[in-house]
Amino acid sequence: MKDLVLIVTAVVLTVAAAGAIVRIAIGPSLLDRVLASDVLLGIVGAALAIDMAVNRHLNNLFLLVALTLIGFIGSVTVARFVADRRGQANDS
Amino acid sequence: MTPDANGVDALIDTVTVVFLVLGALMSLTATIGLLRFPDLMSRMHAATKPQVLGLFLLLAAIGLQMRQWWVWPVLAVAWIFQLLTVPVSAHMVGRAGYRTKHLHPELLSVDELEAVVRKAAEEGGGPGTR
Repeated sequence: MKDLVLIVTAVVLTVAAAGAIVRIAIGPSLLDRVLASDVLLGIVGAALAIDMAVNRHLNNLFLLVALTLIGFIGSVTVARFVADRRGQANDS
Repeated sequence: MTPDANGVDALIDTVTVVFLVLGALMSLTATIGLLRFPDLMSRMHAATKPQVLGLFLLLAAIGLQMRQWWVWPVLAVAWIFQLLTVPVSAHMVGRAGYRTKHLHPELLSVDELEAVVRKAAEEGGGPGTR
């Protein structure tokens, strides 16, 4: 039961991470990549949580709390400073 | 997980397994949405919503397996911060995506933001400064 759960969730999360990496690679815009890297961070957190639940330890619990606390700062920062350069190509 | 579970232990293990698999499938759902949806707004919608439910299921599985009372407040803190921060990042990405025109206007049924953004741009400050 324990091994089966680990295998099933590992396959599902691997497929999910591969899809997120594909979206990071093909873009097409910067914000798409930021969004996909946010999803990738969520998948890493999910893997940490599954490991803790199946093996009954709490080694990563506070790493998980920290991820949910500050994981959004990266995408907020990029979204704040992304600018439309198409209309103002002569400004700089 | 207990190796030879019976009674309540078996029930808790079964619920845990269901939660874990469903939580992993939520991450897969977010990725499928990222890959298949046509523009930034719909991708943002797919990427931010399933993760909240997925994280809730996984944290509940941890709480069920550990069976210590002090774990639950920590898990609740993790989930509440996820609930608080995911809308912030989704809002910022959607706002920047609207102003840099990463959307298909023909896919929108109502665009209530257009007049506001045009007015803000006319009053000085470029798009993206507000």
